[in-house]
Amino acid sequence: MIALENVTKVYETRYGFRTVLDNVYFRISKGEKIGILGCNGSGKSTLIRIISGAEPPTGGRVSRNMSVSWPLAFSGAFQGSLTGLDNLRFVCRVYSADIEPAIAFVEEFSDLGKYLWEPVKKYSSGMRARLAFALSMAVDFDCFLIDEIIAVGDSRFHEKCHTELFEKRKDRAMIIVSHNTDYIRNHCERAAVLIDGKLHLFDNADEAVPFYHKAMSEPKIYGPGRTNE
Amino acid sequence: MDSKVNEISFWRSLAVQLRVIDALLRREFITRYGRYNIGFMWLFAEPMMFTIGVTVLWRYIHHAGHSTFHEVTIVSFVITGYSQVMLWRNATARCANAIEPNLGLLYHRNVRVLDLMWARIILEVAGATISVIVLSSVGIATGLMDPPADILMMAAGWLLLAWYAISVGLTVGALSEFSETFSRLYHVFMYLYLPLSGSLYMVEWLPGQVQKYALWLPTVNASEMIHGGYYGNAVHSYYNPMYLILVNLVLMLFGLSLINIASLRVEPQ
Repeated sequence: MIALENVTKVYETRYGFRTVLDNVYFRISKGEKIGILGCNGSGKSTLIRIISGAEPPTGGRVSRNMSVSWPLAFSGAFQGSLTGLDNLRFVCRVYSADIEPAIAFVEEFSDLGKYLWEPVKKYSSGMRARLAFALSMAVDFDCFLIDEIIAVGDSRFHEKCHTELFEKRKDRAMIIVSHNTDYIRNHCERAAVLIDGKLHLFDNADEAVPFYHKAMSEPKIYGPGRTNE
Repeated sequence: MDSKVNEISFWRSLAVQLRVIDALLRREFITRYGRYNIGFMWLFAEPMMFTIGVTVLWRYIHHAGHSTFHEVTIVSFVITGYSQVMLWRNATARCANAIEPNLGLLYHRNVRVLDLMWARIILEVAGATISVIVLSSVGIATGLMDPPADILMMAAGWLLLAWYAISVGLTVGALSEFSETFSRLYHVFMYLYLPLSGSLYMVEWLPGQVQKYALWLPTVNASEMIHGGYYGNAVHSYYNPMYLILVNLVLMLFGLSLINIASLRVEPQ
């Protein structure tokens, strides 16, 4: 289980302190699929970073009883001058995953061929995304964090990703963050809507959607988040 | 204000941290030195080349025509001295701005800001240490240098200096994250500190009234131990290891706390 209790995140900006997450409660158990809806800049990615542990909350408490992935297909941790394989080895070492089977998997899955032995800086953005996705699948997690829809590569690769994630790993927990309501409805049982730092929880993803649409249509005064002078 | 992962034992956490540092070390290593040419040897070839260059400059330009300097030979003095500069300067300088380029790595939860520092520090300390060992061995084998009088004393001084470099490195790593001005000023400060650091003089060569002030500097104490160990009774060395240990402890604690504050403040992209 992963639980966020009373989690608050405040960023310092030039215009004062901005509360991005305000008293957030959130809970996910093994095998659950939860969607988080929110418009651009609503703090979805901040929430994901706090759940993943990349960033500490300003206040509140995060507890994790299961292993959590990094945001799926995230390629920001690649070192450009290292080869795809070097980056793969690094990730395996950090998570103490067996390197040989991971290499075999990534070679097969990513379709990168000889490019795995080339520095990542020579990759196209599509190749980078393919490597990143394959890497995320090469390490085993109880809970996957999915930030935005995984539209990786061409439709054939897209299909492969879908099978790998939603079919082969359907017993895992997933937290899917998106502003696409259909995607959330298709993949999640429960959903939450993040507006102005508040996380509104719904037991049924279908109930979350109208709430999200209604909130989206209301005019905002300060833009996303809340500013405390 | 804590994020907790079950009740994980100290030993398990240590094992995870060591594994992460090992992974970071290998990553840093390949990134910096690559797999081609002399590869890993750059680790110590780089500080070695600096030391050789400075030794040659001192021997033929700074003290042209003399092979000795006070009562010691220039070659041995600069090799044992300038290597110390390589140790504290490289280890602390590599920590400045070490967080920013590695922010993406923090998405891997077990990678912490402190680990980024350790990986960089360990590489630099290893490089400087291998470099001084190789240079002295070659110097001794070719007869340019005499063997050290008290190698244990040298090693003790070197270790204390490495500890000092680690502690200052952690402090610099955190402060450079807080303030860009600091990271710019630190490089200037390091350059100006070089002649004061003790690496290229001995306290007994200083005028009497300055000596006690020189010993306030931690690096001077370490340097006196290293040079004192090397020359034995040929020189008078002044140092206070307890003072150095105390300074190191305080600096280390200070550095670790600052790193802790910095890691609470970082915002991965």
